[in-house]
Amino acid sequence: MTPSTSRANARIETRFNDSTVPARAGAGLKAEHVDAILQDDYRIGFLEVHAENYMGDGGAPHRALSAIRQNFPLCVHGVGLSIGSEKALDKAHLDRLKKVVERYEPGLVSEHLAWSTHDNSYYNDLLPVPYDQPTLDRVCDHIDQVQEVLGRKILLENPSTYLQFDHSTMSETDFIAQIARRTGCGLLLDINNVFVSATNQHYRPLTYLSEFPLEKVEEIHLAGHATDTDDDGRPLLIDAHDRPVDDAVWKLYDIVIGQMGPVPTLIEWDNDVPDWPVLRREALRADEILERRAGNYMLGSRHAAIC
Amino acid sequence: MRQSAEISAPGKIAPLGDFTNALVNPDLPTPKGVIGPGGAKADKRFNVYRNNVTVGLVNALVDIFPAVHRLVGDAFFRKMARVYVQAERPRSPLLFEYGGTFPQFLEAFAPVKHLSYLADVARLERQWLDAFHAADSPVLEAQDLGAVNPEDLPQARFTRHPAAHVLRSSFAVVSIFSANRSGQSLADIDPDAAEDGLVSRPHHDVEVRQLPPGAAVFLTMLMDGETLGQAASQAADEAEDFDLATAISGMLEAGIFAGISINTNSKRETIHDQSD
Repeated sequence: MTPSTSRANARIETRFNDSTVPARAGAGLKAEHVDAILQDDYRIGFLEVHAENYMGDGGAPHRALSAIRQNFPLCVHGVGLSIGSEKALDKAHLDRLKKVVERYEPGLVSEHLAWSTHDNSYYNDLLPVPYDQPTLDRVCDHIDQVQEVLGRKILLENPSTYLQFDHSTMSETDFIAQIARRTGCGLLLDINNVFVSATNQHYRPLTYLSEFPLEKVEEIHLAGHATDTDDDGRPLLIDAHDRPVDDAVWKLYDIVIGQMGPVPTLIEWDNDVPDWPVLRREALRADEILERRAGNYMLGSRHAAIC
Repeated sequence: MRQSAEISAPGKIAPLGDFTNALVNPDLPTPKGVIGPGGAKADKRFNVYRNNVTVGLVNALVDIFPAVHRLVGDAFFRKMARVYVQAERPRSPLLFEYGGTFPQFLEAFAPVKHLSYLADVARLERQWLDAFHAADSPVLEAQDLGAVNPEDLPQARFTRHPAAHVLRSSFAVVSIFSANRSGQSLADIDPDAAEDGLVSRPHHDVEVRQLPPGAAVFLTMLMDGETLGQAASQAADEAEDFDLATAISGMLEAGIFAGISINTNSKRETIHDQSD
């Protein structure tokens, strides 16, 4: 095969028929699960990848993701764009994200309300932002830029937080609602993050959810968390993604789905990754709730139900 | 460093630069303006981020340098990697590109001075990961070479395959790397026996080979765009038992090149050349 025909074939192969992500359970894709997922009789609703893992030029990661994408809907979840950064977005990184999105045609593209890069150093963590007006303006500018470059709407994810800034002037839900209103972005509601932050910041998760603009939520994340203690010996939860989803988080999820109806739901498990059947079991648990709630969710009355 | 007025009200807000400095330097205090609920003390809270950053980057180094990790042991590697992480953060969010300067760090890091081969093992592992993520490209096949008029061969130049790397070492770097990655004992390996290594991805998987005498010079010159004639002559100068036929069949098998071109009377003929 000559290079020119192989390039032409590559173009044809990446025209995927269906990009729509169903309102079912999905799983974060791990290289070690690819074969098991492709061979499994249970067809998971969708898979989600961290965009950065597919920003290399070629090789095994792209081969695996192409095989997955030909069989499943896909979500692309960025972890390195640093939308909350004080400085301008990294244009080269944004272009890399655009390339991944164009290549794999995901149904949903999401990023975090966080920052991870400062002065050309990448810190590999989702660092917190103050909830004040200058930060709000900057985050909105960055999201406008991302949506313009990608030519599509993105979803913004609520963070797990461990601390606050004394100069924050608004609540996290107010901050996020204003971002969604100003930029037209959708929201990714991470219910484990809600539970972690609520515990860490001493508010009720249901209060947070009652203030959260659920009508803008297009995807939900669920994950496991670890427990530590803060400076005063009180519980400090860590968004560890290293274990099953906590029962308290499942309970909140059931309430949210009962409220807003079925929505694509991702099980995240990034550390101490188990064999595929364990992850599948978590996905099946989400599928059950989605199916049970499909017929009887309370559209449009969320404030009455969650409070 | 000054923050622009647009992003921080003067005299009020601790810049994120303070935050990042304290993230990687445990001797610095928790940044100003960082609090727990109701203004509570937040040292342990800030430490969650410190821990996430350091452990995350140390784990990345464990993934990138698995042989070095096993050679020095987990606890030692993690302590050593923390020192590196403090000095050198990733330049980009592509974590698989991290650790380019780790070999130089190992050369200068006194506690591993007695493991003189360690830096070259790290170089080979870094090349392995670069090869793993390198662009896809067809490899030059025997028939491509066979299609060239034999008298033109000395003038032939080759296009390097994106995954191909040569590593020249004063140590038994390939033997140590291979034994380590396949879980075999290093007992029979003389670490001071110099070896040249070749990293390539001829099909789907990255392969690491030990090169015969002269082949490293030969391949490096070809990868730098010199002609086959020049490279063969230089290799024969360096190693008197250099065998051209073996070197050529080896380079075809390992998929080191993506294309060949012949310059004859300014007419350039190209096969499988990726440069459009």
